[in-house]
Amino acid sequence: MGLIKKWGPGLLLFLGFLLSLVFSQGWLINPYQAQVLMYLGVNIILTLSLNLINGYMGEFSVGHAGFMAIGAYVSAWLTVKVIPPAFGTWLFPLATILGGLGAALAGLIVAIPSFKTRGDYLAIVTLAFNMIIKSALENIEAVGGPRGFLGIPKLTNVAWVYVWTVFALLGIRNFVYSSFGRGVLAIREDETAAELTSVNTRQVKVLAFVFSSFLAGVAGALFAHLLMFINPRSFTILKSTDILVMVYLGGIGSMAGSILGAASYTLLLELLRPLEVWRWVAGPLLLILLMIFRPRGIMGLREYKLFIPREEEVPGLVRGKGSANIAG
Amino acid sequence: MSEAKVLPILRVEGLTHFFGGLKAVSDFNLTLQGGEIYGLIGPNGAGKTTVFNLITGVYRPTAGQILFRGQSLVGLPPHEIISRGIARTFQNIRLFKELSVLDNLRIAAYAEAGYSPWAALLRNSRFLKEEARIKERSFELLELFGLQNLAGAPARSLPYGEQRRLEIARALMGRPSLLLLDEPAAGMNPGEIQRLMETIRWLREHFSLTILLIEHQMRVVMGICERITVLDFGVTIAQGPPAEIRQNPRVLEAYLGKEAVL
Repeated sequence: MGLIKKWGPGLLLFLGFLLSLVFSQGWLINPYQAQVLMYLGVNIILTLSLNLINGYMGEFSVGHAGFMAIGAYVSAWLTVKVIPPAFGTWLFPLATILGGLGAALAGLIVAIPSFKTRGDYLAIVTLAFNMIIKSALENIEAVGGPRGFLGIPKLTNVAWVYVWTVFALLGIRNFVYSSFGRGVLAIREDETAAELTSVNTRQVKVLAFVFSSFLAGVAGALFAHLLMFINPRSFTILKSTDILVMVYLGGIGSMAGSILGAASYTLLLELLRPLEVWRWVAGPLLLILLMIFRPRGIMGLREYKLFIPREEEVPGLVRGKGSANIAG
Repeated sequence: MSEAKVLPILRVEGLTHFFGGLKAVSDFNLTLQGGEIYGLIGPNGAGKTTVFNLITGVYRPTAGQILFRGQSLVGLPPHEIISRGIARTFQNIRLFKELSVLDNLRIAAYAEAGYSPWAALLRNSRFLKEEARIKERSFELLELFGLQNLAGAPARSLPYGEQRRLEIARALMGRPSLLLLDEPAAGMNPGEIQRLMETIRWLREHFSLTILLIEHQMRVVMGICERITVLDFGVTIAQGPPAEIRQNPRVLEAYLGKEAVL
């Protein structure tokens, strides 16, 4: 038993990796299934990224597609214009990381002024940011302007998506179950009380936002090299809404919820394909319904046990007698 | 050594604060010597909590000086002031309700968690060591307050009295030397108040604290405070030991109205 507990999760991750390699070779699944699987991974990363801000921290960012766009365009520019095609496969991880770092830098620039004040300010700033990024990309001819960026090599495969999804999950887990993550939760619960219990709330907010943008950028890089064609219209407020839906569907403040939300929404959109354009009504409509009837989502604030680090196990969820050494 | 030569732990001089045109606190002075239990009383809206908010940096004073161990606190962000050794509780309990009792305590160890974000992301040995230390210290405090069996429970699920105790335990997590208690006896019955008074004295001894407390219950203030300041409409109307305050006609007037005194 103890052995399973200790090595089980690691073994599971490794088997998953082997399977993702098999899938990447085109064995066992057809290209369409592989495509859906990769979208799923990208969506899980995006949902985790936004959940950190909107779910765990309780702030409201509505422009995550903007960060995704930066990751997509930076990495695509690198693989198309900078890296010689022969090295494309090997340097793809580097391009992905640089895409993420580009987005993280943008996150830093957005975070510093936004978090000087409180409340809905972040929502407004991120909304504007999303629009600025889209308009800016439409006007940069070097990346295709409004026509879009063509000829991106197909470097994303199931294995890379798997690796980055696991990275995002572990990263979010390790961040959330640390002093910084507890600061994030404290901000959601009561920001003033957080400051008055020694939490440097600005530091926590900026860290969380930069980390979140990094992940969105990575998702963007994977997305670009999966689709092989990106254009500024792929990263509008509608895309940001999709991410919001996945967060609030699966459950705020939960990794299990992020996976669940991303999975069910990805599949839902696939199933709604026959509806054509009308399927884009589904997302916003779902968001409205969720906000009214289940604002915390399916897994809201709850976590699947496997995602919680072993060190976090706390004895006594049961009420004891309470020895009351002192004090009332 | 005469008492006057000892550096006071807290020295507040000419503290004044406006909310728009309203003078909430006016020319407030206070000198706290180490180890004292000091009471701040006054009718509703007298500006007592505002004084706490000014000391802990929630508001920035319009004028005046606040010196903690001889260093000015004015203009520092609250978390910085707290990590210098001041802790407080709130009039209407402000716990992190959805979070576990243990997390409520561990959050208050933010300033002393000695690892970087990278260490946290990698969960390296330094991180694990620091986390173990914080957890151990949290449990020490929880045991002291009889809350260890509730470590995993969400704070909102605790009964009122235990929430009050948890808030004090959380305040102690940062190893303060000055503790500000905002109406600790609010909502307590006479039996609980008696125990609270013992607890406050015990806290001072056990944690070598200086305590500044706001209280409505005269019994608490008169029973445990060595010195008292009375505020009315932001103005200090009396300052001195309990026996003197009890006799002071201006205090009676502020509390009971002019006619009652006459």
